[in-house]
Amino acid sequence: MAITEPAATTTETSTLLDFRDVQLTYPNGTVALSGVDLTVERGEFVTVVGPSGCGKSTLLRIASGLEQASQGVASVATDRVGYVFQDATLLPWRDVQSNVELLAELQWQTKAERRAKAKQAIDLVGLTGFEQHLPRQLSGGMRMRTSLARSLTLDPELFLFDEPFGALDEITREYLNDELLKLFAAQRFGGLFITHSVSEAVYLSTRVIVMSGRPGRIVESFDVPFPMPRDPEIRYTAEYAALVGEVSHALREGHGA
Amino acid sequence: MSNDTEQAPAEAQAPAAELAAEVPTTEVVEHELSPDTAAPVPLRRRRSRGYATWGPPLAVAALIIGLWYFVGAVILDPSKSYLLPPPHDVIATYFDPNLGPEMFEALWNSAVVALTGLAIAIVLGVVWAIAMNQAKWIERSLYPYAVILQTIPILALVPLIGFWFGFDFTARVIVAVLIALFPMVSNTLFGLQSVDAGQRELFTLQRANRWTVLKKLQFPAALPAIFAGMRISAGLAVVGAIVGDFFFQRGTPGIGALISKYQARLNADPLFASIILASLFGVVVFWFFGWLGKRVVGKWYDFA
Ligand SMILES: Nc1ncnc2c1ncn2[C@@H]1O[C@H](COP(=O)(O)OP(=O)(O)OP(=O)(O)O)[C@@H](O)[C@H]1O
Ligand SMILES: [Mg+2]
Repeated sequence: MAITEPAATTTETSTLLDFRDVQLTYPNGTVALSGVDLTVERGEFVTVVGPSGCGKSTLLRIASGLEQASQGVASVATDRVGYVFQDATLLPWRDVQSNVELLAELQWQTKAERRAKAKQAIDLVGLTGFEQHLPRQLSGGMRMRTSLARSLTLDPELFLFDEPFGALDEITREYLNDELLKLFAAQRFGGLFITHSVSEAVYLSTRVIVMSGRPGRIVESFDVPFPMPRDPEIRYTAEYAALVGEVSHALREGHGA
Repeated sequence: MSNDTEQAPAEAQAPAAELAAEVPTTEVVEHELSPDTAAPVPLRRRRSRGYATWGPPLAVAALIIGLWYFVGAVILDPSKSYLLPPPHDVIATYFDPNLGPEMFEALWNSAVVALTGLAIAIVLGVVWAIAMNQAKWIERSLYPYAVILQTIPILALVPLIGFWFGFDFTARVIVAVLIALFPMVSNTLFGLQSVDAGQRELFTLQRANRWTVLKKLQFPAALPAIFAGMRISAGLAVVGAIVGDFFFQRGTPGIGALISKYQARLNADPLFASIILASLFGVVVFWFFGWLGKRVVGKWYDFA
């Protein structure tokens, strides 16, 4: 039953994440989010852009269950949630291999299972050959990729990304963007991806959401019309540039408001 | 939930992984950097460290010995030379068949007391700290007593310990434990609580239980602090064993008992010799735990 499930659900759309009028006030009185309505369907890749400190990470924290909404309803329809934090959060005493195996290990999967999954994930993020390296022996970008690989082993249905590629150079970033898109095409998870780069947002997603400054609200939402195995060349088309322009414009207005 | 997670990924990820294989890796620069340079670095460091670590302390030792000779030969009145016998006389006692064996046997006895006390202090300290780390209320109830251990004048307790536990091995070990315990408790607790919030959340998201969090996250994260504590406690346990000897002389007393015997007889050469022996032993134990700490956590932590 479990084996066939992901294949069967690939085409079906179902709501994985549903936020209704979500508000969050931190204990110190900071209102981080207010009145957020947001859904992520299976097979949707939603990116969120917004000014620093507007509550984007908070949004993911609520989605993952690390934080409870103070008001409104935030429901998530799956247990398999992958979460790539803004920092790599690797365990410094574990090498790349066993860092990547960690989550599967916490779910009591067998050694053989873990090993196989970790190997695939490490291949995917391009860290083959570095399995035995400790985090301190890696560059910042490589640490982030290790963290990404770690989440991949969970085979998530809902995948949350908190600026995972923010610290990477342009080429590595584009390479990983394409890897992510392939993964998305193959697995059809629901993605919620935070970024500061409008271009990355448009390239990756089926929908871009623009948030205002604190307290974060959703000011605008853009459907991205480009077809889904994405051709890297679309980045250089006029339609792409126009959409990037529109999103940037909305971002600037939301910031000012 | 766990059923789905266990079975699905291997198949679902396969296509993506295959696709990835076709894409040229962007690793060129980093490949050149890491695997090859990783090995030579520690080697080079070790060699240059030889002089750096042993040079200065040896120079200081030479200076002290020089000063010692100078004071004994030039400043001290010859009739009072027993106050500071020359170093070679002191060293000669180690080879004196009447004194040497006695001293080394006493040192051995002290070592047994100190290491037994240290082992108990390590286990007790770590367990105590782990208990306090489990809940705020346990910490609040137990921490004051850890502090009392540190602030109470052990010498005032010593008569009581003899009274309760006899004037034998047990009492000597208890003194060593009492003196060595606090650094273990406080260092371990500090280590357990220094876990990064993000790493903690990683475990929370997988619904890891307390025991798993302790075993896979908090305890390994605390290891550098635990080893730092062991090193301090090791030195203190030696002090404790020697202090114990002064008060509890039944059974097989150690080097502390010899020190007080030579002192009573104004036997300067072996007195100096046994004091030096006791100090050297403390240094060796301290150094050993430093070395062990480096062995265990040095790979991922810069253990000073
Ligand atoms: N634990 C907390 N307690 C109090 N306030 C917090 C807490 N965490 C975040 N905040 C505040 O909530 C607001 C939103 O924080 P959040 O981390 O969600 O921002 P962000 O949009 O992710 O920013 P960035 O793009 O810089 O990462 C910020 O103003 C921040 O100061
Ligand atoms: Mg953030």
